Amino acid sequence: MAGLIAYGAHVPYHRLARADVAATLGTPPGRGTRAVAGYDEDTTSMAVEAARVALARDCLRPRIGQLFLATAAPAYLDKTNATAVHAALRLDEHVLAVDMAGSVRSGLGALVTAARSAVPTLTVLSDLRTGLPGGSDEVAGGDGAAAFVFGGHRNGAPVLAELLAHDTVSDEILDRWRLPGAPASRAWEERFAEEIYVSLADKALTAALDQAGLDRGAIDHLIVSGLHARACATVRRTAGARPEAAVPDLTGVIGNAGTAQPGLLLADVLDRAKPGEVIALVVLGDGAGVVLLRTTDALPAHRSTRPVAAQITAGSAPMPYATYLSWRGLLDREPPRRPDPEPPYAPPAHRRTAWKYGFVASRCEKCGTRHLPPDRVCTSCRSVDAMTDEPMEHVRGTVATFTVDRLAHTPSPPMLVVVVDYDGGGRFRCQLTDATEADAVIGARVEMTFRRTVTASGIHNYFWKARPVRTGETGDETEETHG
Amino acid sequence: MSSHGIRDRVAIVGMGCTPFGEHWTRSADDLLVDAVGEAVTSAGITIDDIDAFWFGTQASGVSGLTLSRALRLPHKPVTRVENMCATGSEALRNACYAVASGAYDVAMAVGVEKLKDSGMSGLSGTAIPGAGDDSRGEVTAPANFSLLAPAYAAKYGLAEEELKDVITRIAWKNHVNGARNPRAQFRKEVPLERIRSAPIVAGMLGVFDCSGVSDGSAAAIVVRAEDAYKYTDRPIFVKALSFVAGPADGLLDPEYDFTTFPEVVASAQEAYRQAGVTDPRAELALAEVHDCFTPTELVLMEDLGFAERGQAWKDVTSGSFDLDGSLPVNPDGGLKAFGHPIGASGLRMMFEAWLQLRGEAPAERTVKSVAEGRSLALTHNLGGGPGECVSFVSIVGSELSA
Repeated sequence: MAGLIAYGAHVPYHRLARADVAATLGTPPGRGTRAVAGYDEDTTSMAVEAARVALARDCLRPRIGQLFLATAAPAYLDKTNATAVHAALRLDEHVLAVDMAGSVRSGLGALVTAARSAVPTLTVLSDLRTGLPGGSDEVAGGDGAAAFVFGGHRNGAPVLAELLAHDTVSDEILDRWRLPGAPASRAWEERFAEEIYVSLADKALTAALDQAGLDRGAIDHLIVSGLHARACATVRRTAGARPEAAVPDLTGVIGNAGTAQPGLLLADVLDRAKPGEVIALVVLGDGAGVVLLRTTDALPAHRSTRPVAAQITAGSAPMPYATYLSWRGLLDREPPRRPDPEPPYAPPAHRRTAWKYGFVASRCEKCGTRHLPPDRVCTSCRSVDAMTDEPMEHVRGTVATFTVDRLAHTPSPPMLVVVVDYDGGGRFRCQLTDATEADAVIGARVEMTFRRTVTASGIHNYFWKARPVRTGETGDETEETHG
Repeated sequence: MSSHGIRDRVAIVGMGCTPFGEHWTRSADDLLVDAVGEAVTSAGITIDDIDAFWFGTQASGVSGLTLSRALRLPHKPVTRVENMCATGSEALRNACYAVASGAYDVAMAVGVEKLKDSGMSGLSGTAIPGAGDDSRGEVTAPANFSLLAPAYAAKYGLAEEELKDVITRIAWKNHVNGARNPRAQFRKEVPLERIRSAPIVAGMLGVFDCSGVSDGSAAAIVVRAEDAYKYTDRPIFVKALSFVAGPADGLLDPEYDFTTFPEVVASAQEAYRQAGVTDPRAELALAEVHDCFTPTELVLMEDLGFAERGQAWKDVTSGSFDLDGSLPVNPDGGLKAFGHPIGASGLRMMFEAWLQLRGEAPAERTVKSVAEGRSLALTHNLGGGPGECVSFVSIVGSELSA
């Protein structure tokens, strides 16, 4: 049986209140909040965070045969972004890692391609939605990522949702577009594409249900995703599913994360669906696509360790709109009077990929001392080249001491710095993110998160930071599955 | 293997030190010329009498040419040394060893730094092509040293507000001293409340908790002890030179608790052994220590053996290290008020020892311990930060041991 064997989502910590946008710009008041990627996040780093949740069971990692990263906001062009995700996840070097980038529809493409694949496939949908200040894309947009692993049943990796059918229809339709480099996309009059999308969704849904031998009344969860909000609402209402099957689209609380939206909504449904339920995922955009899944008895025991709803609940109090604008590069603020940040140098970064991307430390075989970063000479017994790799991404720690650096170059001053003592040994000094100064205290519990620390000389610098362990997120997976 | 000190084998017979501060109109070359000129004048010699040079700078030049070009030295050996903020002390140590070895009769140690031309706040650092990838968690210098404060407060049960009072008093004391020093960068006393309420730079540290970013140069002339009186009636004799580079494991090892510099403890113990000092608090006339940031000076009082562990904050509060205290610390104002041009600082400390032990410090800041019969001074200079540093401790004295 083929199907979904793991999933996970990443909803950024930060929120922007639409009312604050309106108050600042003097536009009509909006309601609700949107999720905002941190100043230190991009589609690559968010993809890593979502995939880490999906791959929380370490037994899955060796099985992955290929990795697709779908995004409409790639961190790099020409250079593959999926390889950074691949490195951070410490996947085998023979795993194919490629981007499906540019269009929001690439999320659907990655999901369907993964579902069709003969080898276990990790597909990650990640997007960071930006519009011009006050525009509907800015206030309705959202940031986030979701990851799914499709594959067959093997020991330890049961199928959580069986793939019943899928169908896609393609249509060249000019309803939304963006020239490369443009700060925001443009859209045709909304009413133009509505009828077309409703018809395309019907075609795809009919084809998929026919393949599965189901009728519309069998759908327990109808997810409709797309940037055309009006068309999505119509499809949700008229698709013929039972009214209670229509899934709320979360736009009010986290916004529409574009490429990642179908993934976030699907993850949210999987977080709460019962065994044996039929999920219809309908994605609109340059055509339509439908994926039909039926949950299995294995789902309840293997849900995501970080449910979408819990991540939404654990979000920050709304941030100032001016902060959002500066994070997005729409408000150019005075930098500190300090040397410009250094870009990463390619050779040392490449030599240290396991550390820099994978956060792999070393442990002395002679005396057991852990070293972050990995060292050749043991700091305790000074044995030379007697080290074994020690992946640290899941290991939590406690703050030994801390500071708030108001002089350091950071896109969001001040820089919070903590010295972390890890459970099981080892110490590392790093930045604390998704946090306020009140979170930087001796004794605070922290976990690691993959971030884009800075972009200098046109080069993104990726590395790990600590973040507070927050209530509202389940799973202290450290002890149970990573011991 | 063991370390052999060179107690009483070399002497400093001339010193120079420029005013430290914002020298907008003068270059590093200008500062070198001034400091070296003052040193040779004080020793009653000319530059041609110097056989070899050890030149320290962190970032204001590379190679011996930086000095030889500035002074137009005719074909002399000039070695550039660098050990972060302890660079000046490293230059002195090498010059002393060169003379003690018998290789040269007269050696000079010179340090310089020109920080204010960078336009940056604080230390601009050097462009070392390291990993360049944030994977060592680099922070600015004040943030780095501010890590000491919450750790010290937590370990010894002080409220952070109490500790803030302690470090405020350290800054206040050093400003009081600096106000009495015509060469210091900051020459005004600063009220406690102004120090305490100053804008925060990092952690608990306000701007007054940080050493002055400045330009400056200092120089020392070293000869064999038996030759010293040919140059001056009041040489100061080198009793101990102790320098260590730590294993840099404090940021790796959870057992390091950020309330001490083990490198300082090690270098101090070695210096006391070389000099035969058993009770530094009672035997030293003064100490010049590396107060790059106020919590550093607090911790150093314990690491150097001037106070019991966990007790230095009480001694600070009671004034033990004030100009009129039982052991004056940083009577010249320290890095805090005198300023901190990286490569010059270690030699600037020695310059204060030179003045005080010779009775040449201005009357308003002369330590009374010398008149009371103490004849030893300690300088302490470190580079790096908590968990990862190099540390230098010297002891010099105005009298040869019996």
